[in-house]
Amino acid sequence: MPHKTFALFIMPAVVAMLLFIALPIVSVVVQSLFVEHEQVMVEVENCGPFGCSTQLRVDTEATAEIRDERPLGRFAGITNYINRNHLAFDQVREIWSTSDGLGEIWSRMMNLPFYKALAFTLVYCFLVTPFAMMLGFAIALGVNTLPRLAKGPAIFVSILPMIITPLIGSLILFWMFNPQGILGASLQVITGDPTLSLRASPVLTWIVLIIYGIWTNGPFSFVVFYAGLQTVPGDTLESAMIDGASRWERVRYVIIPHLAPLATFVALVQLMDNFRVFEPIVGFSAEANATSLSWLVYNDLIGQDSQQFGSAAATSVMTILGVVILLIPVLIRTWRDFNRKAV
Amino acid sequence: MTTAIGRMPTGLRWVTGLLLAIWFIAAAFPFVWTLWGSFKVEADFFSRVSWWNAITGDRTLMQTGERFTLDGYEGAWITREFWRAALNTVIVTLSVTFISLFVGTLGGYALARSGQRYAFWILIAALVFRAMPHITLVSGYMLPFFELNIWGILPTTIIVLVAINQPFTLWMLHSFFLGIPKDLDESAMVDGCTRFQAFRMVIIPVMWPGVITTGLFSFLLGYNDFAVTSMLLSQDNLTMVPKIASFLGTIQSEGNVMFAVASVVSATVPLFILVLFFQRQIVSGLTAGAVKG
Repeated sequence: MPHKTFALFIMPAVVAMLLFIALPIVSVVVQSLFVEHEQVMVEVENCGPFGCSTQLRVDTEATAEIRDERPLGRFAGITNYINRNHLAFDQVREIWSTSDGLGEIWSRMMNLPFYKALAFTLVYCFLVTPFAMMLGFAIALGVNTLPRLAKGPAIFVSILPMIITPLIGSLILFWMFNPQGILGASLQVITGDPTLSLRASPVLTWIVLIIYGIWTNGPFSFVVFYAGLQTVPGDTLESAMIDGASRWERVRYVIIPHLAPLATFVALVQLMDNFRVFEPIVGFSAEANATSLSWLVYNDLIGQDSQQFGSAAATSVMTILGVVILLIPVLIRTWRDFNRKAV
Repeated sequence: MTTAIGRMPTGLRWVTGLLLAIWFIAAAFPFVWTLWGSFKVEADFFSRVSWWNAITGDRTLMQTGERFTLDGYEGAWITREFWRAALNTVIVTLSVTFISLFVGTLGGYALARSGQRYAFWILIAALVFRAMPHITLVSGYMLPFFELNIWGILPTTIIVLVAINQPFTLWMLHSFFLGIPKDLDESAMVDGCTRFQAFRMVIIPVMWPGVITTGLFSFLLGYNDFAVTSMLLSQDNLTMVPKIASFLGTIQSEGNVMFAVASVVSATVPLFILVLFFQRQIVSGLTAGAVKG
């Protein structure tokens, strides 16, 4: 295809991606180096019956003017990155030197918003991904044994948790885990603890969020593995049977190796996607006990009068760095695939 | 395959059946429960006494005179004007789907037929773009959009969602077009068609299966989005998902959680219908992406 024709065909897609994905990334990097203007203060003299006193007041007009003139704010260098709300170097250094025991370090680090979010994001990412894959694999093996007529409805029911809007799915589970909902109330009865609730217990919040993650991510692995199962060569299975392999051994030595390449693909994609975890935090109103990096950005942006663009941008840049680290294996894989095809 | 492996022993069959049954309940019960509860009053669905009330609906009977009530739906759709959000969702998702398909088909076709090195680099860039968390992109939009005075309106959100959707659409359609033999459009060009004529007359008639599958995923992305729509739309223009989120804050204090429950059920229904009719395409789309990488 001549270069010119190619350019014409691809133009709209590339322009859209440059304008609304590449440019915003640049904009985020720039914004992260600025902070909002301080309010302009003026000295006002108040004279009353008992003499005059000077007071400091906010000059709203001048503040608005300066904000209009330079909407980015004032240049701050890397202070956005190292202040208390982000990497918090000073605080971390102090915690290291004054705490004794890992427990104390952990609990004090959890008071720093960035590390609190990072901890949950990583735990969520690295627990949900493998468990969701195991669940998906188990469902795929199970559904594969069903009679032909039952498979359609089985697949229908199984993919519902994945198709559902993340915010809506988490709200539905949140209401059930509410102390006045069916699961929350039952949990209180089972544990014999009438005060147990998502709001009161950080541990329960983490567990429920991770269960939600497995519930909603499992079906993707199921669909991929189920399709993979249909391509397992029947001959190999048969000869394994003739050689006396048990059912478990056939799964272990024939099916799992056959699905391994698919599994790496699923794992890489899911790790990347789970790193962005955001909606469940909003849906479960979990911010007191668990936050994520994406949620931190959201939280900075929803401030009604004082949106903290600089702070949101700094967190965004660090989130993007995290995604890029998780992305490298995917890129290497794609690169290899392409070169193999070219040869 | 079942014939080759033979019959399962009865014990294993029971265990498999039991585990599957547990999974099906876990997957479907939350939806059934919420649907059922949306026709009750708050004192039943969030009962302080026992969740059994949600099944019998005693309080609903006391408060409304019947065991099922449409109060939640009436409150959400009429009093709180959820229909407006539903209308916005229809506009946003349909526009996003059609525009992304239009832009993506052209681009995906070019990428599949180019064979040049730069086509590969565009695909790699798309892969990187696809991985970007949406909320971080949003934090890049807010300030420029405020300055340009285009924040809060539907067209901005539609274009942003189309752009965010492009990487996925390009990949999917690119691999789909690779499966259509090159000879098809090349022979048309030998017969004197230009590239665009060949695309219009030869490729468009055979591309619908791939386009429909891709379209379903574009639809889902637009429909399920929360990060972009909640941050880029003004209060009047909100679509259903951010509208439900904004309900929560105001509603809980007024004791009208059932409005939110009713609107959650309302927003779930279209998804169920979609899966019901397009299950095969959704499954094949997910697998195509996975198998081809």
